[in-house]
Amino acid sequence: MTPTDDGTSAGPPAEGRRSRLLAPLRQEGAKGVLIAMVSTLVVAAAIVYLVTSSPYWPDVKESFFNWTQFRDSFPDILEAFRRNILWFMIAEPIILAWALLLAILRSLRGPVFFPLRLLATIYVDLFRGVPTLLVVYLLGFGVPTLGIPGLPTQSAFWGMVGLILGYSAYVAEVYRAGIESVHPSQTAAARALGLSRWRTLQHVVIPQAVRRVIPPLMNDFLALQKDTALIAVVAGTLPEAFTMSQIFQQGNFNFTPILGAALCFLIITIPLTIFTDWLLERQRRQRMASV
Amino acid sequence: MSQAVRVEGVFKSFGELEVLRGIDLAMDDHEVACLIGASGSGKSTLLRCLNLLEPIDAGRIWIEGREITAPGVDQNAVRRGIGIVFQSFNLFPHMTVLRNITLAPTKVLGLSRQEATNRAHELLARFDLDDKAADYPDRLSGGQQQRVAIIRALAMQPDIMLLDEVTSALDPVLVAEVLDAIRELAHTGMTMVIATHEMGFARDVASRVAFLHEGRILEEGSPERIFSAPEQEETRRFLDRVIAAGRM
Repeated sequence: MTPTDDGTSAGPPAEGRRSRLLAPLRQEGAKGVLIAMVSTLVVAAAIVYLVTSSPYWPDVKESFFNWTQFRDSFPDILEAFRRNILWFMIAEPIILAWALLLAILRSLRGPVFFPLRLLATIYVDLFRGVPTLLVVYLLGFGVPTLGIPGLPTQSAFWGMVGLILGYSAYVAEVYRAGIESVHPSQTAAARALGLSRWRTLQHVVIPQAVRRVIPPLMNDFLALQKDTALIAVVAGTLPEAFTMSQIFQQGNFNFTPILGAALCFLIITIPLTIFTDWLLERQRRQRMASV
Repeated sequence: MSQAVRVEGVFKSFGELEVLRGIDLAMDDHEVACLIGASGSGKSTLLRCLNLLEPIDAGRIWIEGREITAPGVDQNAVRRGIGIVFQSFNLFPHMTVLRNITLAPTKVLGLSRQEATNRAHELLARFDLDDKAADYPDRLSGGQQQRVAIIRALAMQPDIMLLDEVTSALDPVLVAEVLDAIRELAHTGMTMVIATHEMGFARDVASRVAFLHEGRILEEGSPERIFSAPEQEETRRFLDRVIAAGRM
């Protein structure tokens, strides 16, 4: 798709992250690496000593790092985590499309479009101003209670709608930043060729805008993956990873299952984080190359 | 008689700044008019008004006999018939050279992808760029990019071409290839309005030269007359400065 002019785009996903973290060390040579290793070991040893020598460490270990508890609960939590992934996979494409529409409405010029622009602006400001948890809660419990015929009554469904509404507001702003970063001369060139306002957006502005905001979009991607846990507050009968771990925690008075749920999220989010860092690093290098 | 361009009493301000202060101009088909004058004299703005990229405040403009400043005119239809090339190329960076050229013919004129591609290849070959069709603009030199921009405008088969200081952003060594492309266009009888700082080129290619000063056409005529025997004091002063700067 994008031109790969100088090979900077090739390479394993970890490349960007590794170079940013470790590159300064390489410049300092073997001595620098040695100092870094020693200081890391000292700090790690100090932390371990402080934690394990604290008077209540045996109790904490028993209730947070209990292997038996982990072994018994983790398969079920992992099973429930599939629901988080499912919700994420449904919500993300809808958010991407709906937010793009909002961003386009907000960037329409001309007095005719004022009402649309106004509505989109109110929407974005409103949903960015309210904690997403509250939106999920209100919709998840509120709408099913209304019992409007023809509408689904599942709380999980409406909780998901809340999540989509809230996230779209943030993602719309990311898109809008991208749209505004496309130089007006691009629009002028397209309009001068006789392309309509809409065709210009479709073929010239939006493709360039989206390309530029992929890394920040990945950040919202990550946050959404974690925030699928918010649906738990309204989806009592459909346990996802966090709810499932709470069930174990409350049954056995042990917090280890909660750590198990955290581990599930990390399995997904850490590779995504590394990938995002790599994308950002690649974009930074491309910008430097083009200057 | 067919009149390619007619401009009557055009005024244009940006806020407090009056950029065009009563422009009158008439051109026949196959004429090449060069607009000369200092930066800020209104050359670029006049070109942008000619294809409605800037709305005018007062006055009227006709292109090929149709008034384009009349109320209710379809701006997109007007622009279809007028090609413009900008100082900064403005190629679409996310598309190949070929796609840059075929986008408008397929989306605006409704040509099939195949027809548009054939037309693009013909034009690329004519301007010696056929091997660049699959490249992205950032792989091309400035001169090549500007020639692609010219081809992109030509692919719409416009009645008129507007060229806005198309060599000003180029390295001196790349200017010639772009000017040659424009010369070749002039030979084919393309009606053109060219804003330029290249006086030698203007003298060479223009059938008429108009000197703009503070938003007015102060003087116009054949290139021989304007360059050898300017009547206005301002024109003389401008040409003296150009000669002093070694641009002529």
